[in-house]
Amino acid sequence: MEELCTGLCSVLAESGADAGLALFLSLLVGVLLVSGVPLITVILLIWIERKVAARIQDRIGPNRVGPVGLLQTIADMIKLLSKEDITPTAADRVLYNAAPLVSFASVVLIWAVIPFTPFHYGVDLEIGALYFVAIASFGTLAIMAAGWASNNKYALLGAFRVVALLVSYEVPLVFALLLPVMLAGSMSLLDIVNAQTGMWFIVLSPLAFVIFYISSQAETGRAPFDLIEAESELVAGFNIEYSGMKFGMFFAAEFLHVFTNGIIMAILFFGGWLGPLYYESPLIAFAWLGAKGGLIYLTTLWLRNTVPRLRIDQIMAFNWKFLVPLSIANLIAVSFALKLLQELGWAPRDLLSASFGELLPTTVILLIINGAMILYLLGVLRERGREARRESHDPRAAIANVGAAAD
Amino acid sequence: MNVLNEWAFVGLFAVLAPVFPALPIVIAWLFRPRKPNVLKSSTYECGVETIGDTWVQFRVQYYIYGLIFLVFDVEMVFLFPWAVAYNEMSLFGFVAGFLFIFLLTDALFYAWKKNALDWK
Repeated sequence: MEELCTGLCSVLAESGADAGLALFLSLLVGVLLVSGVPLITVILLIWIERKVAARIQDRIGPNRVGPVGLLQTIADMIKLLSKEDITPTAADRVLYNAAPLVSFASVVLIWAVIPFTPFHYGVDLEIGALYFVAIASFGTLAIMAAGWASNNKYALLGAFRVVALLVSYEVPLVFALLLPVMLAGSMSLLDIVNAQTGMWFIVLSPLAFVIFYISSQAETGRAPFDLIEAESELVAGFNIEYSGMKFGMFFAAEFLHVFTNGIIMAILFFGGWLGPLYYESPLIAFAWLGAKGGLIYLTTLWLRNTVPRLRIDQIMAFNWKFLVPLSIANLIAVSFALKLLQELGWAPRDLLSASFGELLPTTVILLIINGAMILYLLGVLRERGREARRESHDPRAAIANVGAAAD
Repeated sequence: MNVLNEWAFVGLFAVLAPVFPALPIVIAWLFRPRKPNVLKSSTYECGVETIGDTWVQFRVQYYIYGLIFLVFDVEMVFLFPWAVAYNEMSLFGFVAGFLFIFLLTDALFYAWKKNALDWK
């Protein structure tokens, strides 16, 4: 993309165009090319989502429009285009209309920093990882704005849950994000992928990946964290007053956000485009990234359609009393062990140029530390689960507990 | 591309990104039927007429979580430079970062002990 932009820029400048105009046009072409990827995938994603959900629920899913229902999304879009768009008189018109735009735009904007191959990316920002966190939280703002502007009690309750839920899960998300940044010594996503040439970060810090995975599932508002649109409690949640294409935009944004998170996880922990023969052709590199991201995306769909929704007090307790302390402990343990190894001279200081052999002692020790933490956590979770089950079987204990909680 | 052009790219992207979702909405605005009436554009909720003001006060717990988040989020921004410099850092800088994380954890445990994390 970079050469394309500079190449196009110089060609335009040579043909006698104004330098500023040439730069603007080349940037415009770059933006359209990069944003084309998420805009085209989202049409396919909606179909995949519905098909996977249907298969898990033992249904067939869309199969009427086009081969295996592939054109269903386009038919739905035409339907949504012809629907009447109702804006409630009580709503705050500006915020109400801006919310779906911001919601979708915030997801598309993430793709500006995603490196598709070693040479094809929108822009390689030095603060790429921070950019991802910053832009992703715009989506939270959009949902809050939608819930507030609708002037509807259920929508407002959905917006309040956003404050509690999405915002809380950003804390472990960012703590987990610190680890790839720390290992690579750079916030640029391109550098993070290149630093994984010797060893993928999933091997060096598996616990950080688990934390990132759980909190990104919460960030997208998916089951078991789908409280913001809990149909059985809030009618439809934050989007209750929306109709027509504006309603559709919220859902397109959500589907795209899940896939974007899959791609981000592939970049941060699974080596992005790295894989056999990636240097042969950009297409192979792109296919590796797509395959890894797609696989993670499918597991999130699987999770969404399997796990039931949790209560808000359970979700908040899980985040603040389990996930946040865990992410801090994980950061301390891994950074301390790695620093110790570096001081002893067993670990390379620069992962960008470290080979597999140089990284082997580091990998083994970090894996042992992570494995010990995961085993300990599983033990804690098993104990807690047993306690909870014992309480639920003993009605007197359950009643006493409710009394204690109310105090 | 130099740094300025990189941010020009992001800036152009930020300007164009809302246009993509706006386009179908504008197209829908051209084609859609318009038959508003008082009942249709009233607040929907659950089908029954709404009672009272919508923007009422909700439970305070939501704000407390918001406040705790704010503390963490601002402090985490300071941890990013520490993480970037981690590989070249001396032991002193490393321990200083640890102290910072320790203070952060301390704040979390304080909130925990004050029962600010319990859903009330």
